[in-house]
Amino acid sequence: MRRSRVAVALGAIICVFFAIVPFISLHVDWVLPGTVNVVNSTGTLEVLALCFIFAGVALGYDVMFGFTGLLSLGPVMYFATGVYVFDIALTRWNWPLASALGLTFAVSLVLALVLGAIALRVSGIAFTMVTLAFAQAFYYLVEDNPHGLTGGDTGLALSTARLPAFMSGAVSNTRNLYWIAFGFLVLAYAVVWVVTESATGHVFVAIRENERRLEVLGVRPFGYKLASYTLSSLVATGGGVAYILLIGTAVPSAVASTTVTLSILVMVVLGGAGTRWGAVTGAILYVYLQQFLLKVAAQPSFATLPSFLRVPLSQPQFLLGALFVLFVLFVPGGVAGLVSRRRTPSLKQLVAGQRRKQ
Amino acid sequence: MTVFLSLTFSGVALGAIYFLAASGLSLIYGLMDILNFAHGLFMTLGAYAAWDAATHAPASWGAPVIFVVSLVAAVLGGALAAGLTEVLVIRPLYGRPVSQILVTIGLDLAATGLLLGAFGSNPQSLPVPLWMMEASHFAGVSLPNADYVAFAGGLVVLIALEWFLRRTRYGIIIRAGVENRTMVSALGINVARAFTLVFVIGGAMAGLAGLLYAVVFSGELVSPTQGDSLLIFAFIVVVIGGLGSIRGSAVAALMVGLVQDYTNFYLGNHPGMAEIGNLSVVLLLAVVLEWRPRGLFGSTL
Repeated sequence: MRRSRVAVALGAIICVFFAIVPFISLHVDWVLPGTVNVVNSTGTLEVLALCFIFAGVALGYDVMFGFTGLLSLGPVMYFATGVYVFDIALTRWNWPLASALGLTFAVSLVLALVLGAIALRVSGIAFTMVTLAFAQAFYYLVEDNPHGLTGGDTGLALSTARLPAFMSGAVSNTRNLYWIAFGFLVLAYAVVWVVTESATGHVFVAIRENERRLEVLGVRPFGYKLASYTLSSLVATGGGVAYILLIGTAVPSAVASTTVTLSILVMVVLGGAGTRWGAVTGAILYVYLQQFLLKVAAQPSFATLPSFLRVPLSQPQFLLGALFVLFVLFVPGGVAGLVSRRRTPSLKQLVAGQRRKQ
Repeated sequence: MTVFLSLTFSGVALGAIYFLAASGLSLIYGLMDILNFAHGLFMTLGAYAAWDAATHAPASWGAPVIFVVSLVAAVLGGALAAGLTEVLVIRPLYGRPVSQILVTIGLDLAATGLLLGAFGSNPQSLPVPLWMMEASHFAGVSLPNADYVAFAGGLVVLIALEWFLRRTRYGIIIRAGVENRTMVSALGINVARAFTLVFVIGGAMAGLAGLLYAVVFSGELVSPTQGDSLLIFAFIVVVIGGLGSIRGSAVAALMVGLVQDYTNFYLGNHPGMAEIGNLSVVLLLAVVLEWRPRGLFGSTL
């Protein structure tokens, strides 16, 4: 019990810290990849906001992959639904904000229930492949620019005409968008916490551990799997909405391609699948490293390196992919696994504790 | 009618390439339960190996010889990449199927990043004999010779693979392993060697598929991400055909190639339907799964 209270206190402190970051104007060289190295500069706030958005999306994905054991390769579809439906409703149809939000989540819910029900007809690897195929079809659809809605490869910039003034994409509003992204992460964390600690959440874990046993106990896993899939999809949609507000443009290759799915998967595994804070940590680490490595590669001194060093080091995708391979091979539980291995008492200590109790 | 026939022929050529990509995936899955994401990478590396060999070969050898050299380079490049992958990153993870999938994803990301860094995202042009692009007449239709080459390649590999799996000792071990891996190792047969072998065979076919795809369908261009886009269709073919079944892969590859070709031609020129060929393939997948969740020829899942 005490540990959970410590966790809550620690979480509250972290929340307060990140909530007041926009007021801190410290110079920190080389730590944050902003345009200037000031903590509350626009560039830095934007990077942090991007970290929070993907942390929320990764957390939602962790409910499905880490907790329920469903290896879906389609989360990008729901992220892109959030980006595009919201963008289209505001930009193409000039809808008010509340209706646009309502439509976005309604579309995501229907998509998740229908496609989830089809994909969950098969299990294991086939499920993975089907979700991948659906997400790819969605990508083609977006790229195709049906009825001139999505803008195809050129992308679709968000019209801010119907947004409240404090949310428009002006540079002075970056801190507001930062708070929106942070609010999304806190909300996602709260929802995921409540769900994974509930009875339903325990069934999710039971599905991951042994689905057959659950069926023998008289529980039909299908509804729970669909619930897990849908929850994770809705969280991804929320992330998509926060993303388009922050970035202001939707481009298929950046928000709808399989690369995004793979990054989300990498984030969760790096941080530690099946733990809430692990997924968040992994995502923040991933997005931050990606931005930081790009900045390092852009340094003038970097160009003087010999090409066999410069070529691999200038590719964040290579470095993060290699890091991921090393983690899968040598650090199976991710960052969270490293920490809990240190915290969990060894068998010897447990036995000693039991003896003392007797 | 001639339009329909020539569409059919080019659909079959596309199907032959899908078969080359998918049959290796299907064997690897059937034997080892691995969804091999690095298969797209093997295709890309095969195509790059071909490009590298063809651009470095002396021009005095003549175009046909250079093409044969690049063909061999593609097959060897794919096989080498796949063999190394199995030995270096898959082998330490035996018994952890999800980690094996994850490691192939990471490998694909890392190596694609490296290719992007080394060659840039602009495609490289692959030297191909002029003869490949000349049209030949056959049964009243005229198609580029490259289409026939792709079809012939797929057919030869299908026959060779069937022969290998039915008539040779290792082929029989692989087939037995697909049926029941535990039983095979219980009989004292080294299954791990068969694992490496299916990776090498799968990689060789993937390398060939990468080269043929570049020659026939992407205008003799080689790019770092083309294997990944081909991989998705290979996955779809494997699921439709039934995981672990070579014949299933062959039938499904033809179906997917033809459906894609027909819908692209007959519906693709309507406004907003340029991607209808790709979409209809996914629709086909959904229909087949509703009808037979294990795929056309699949027995176990």
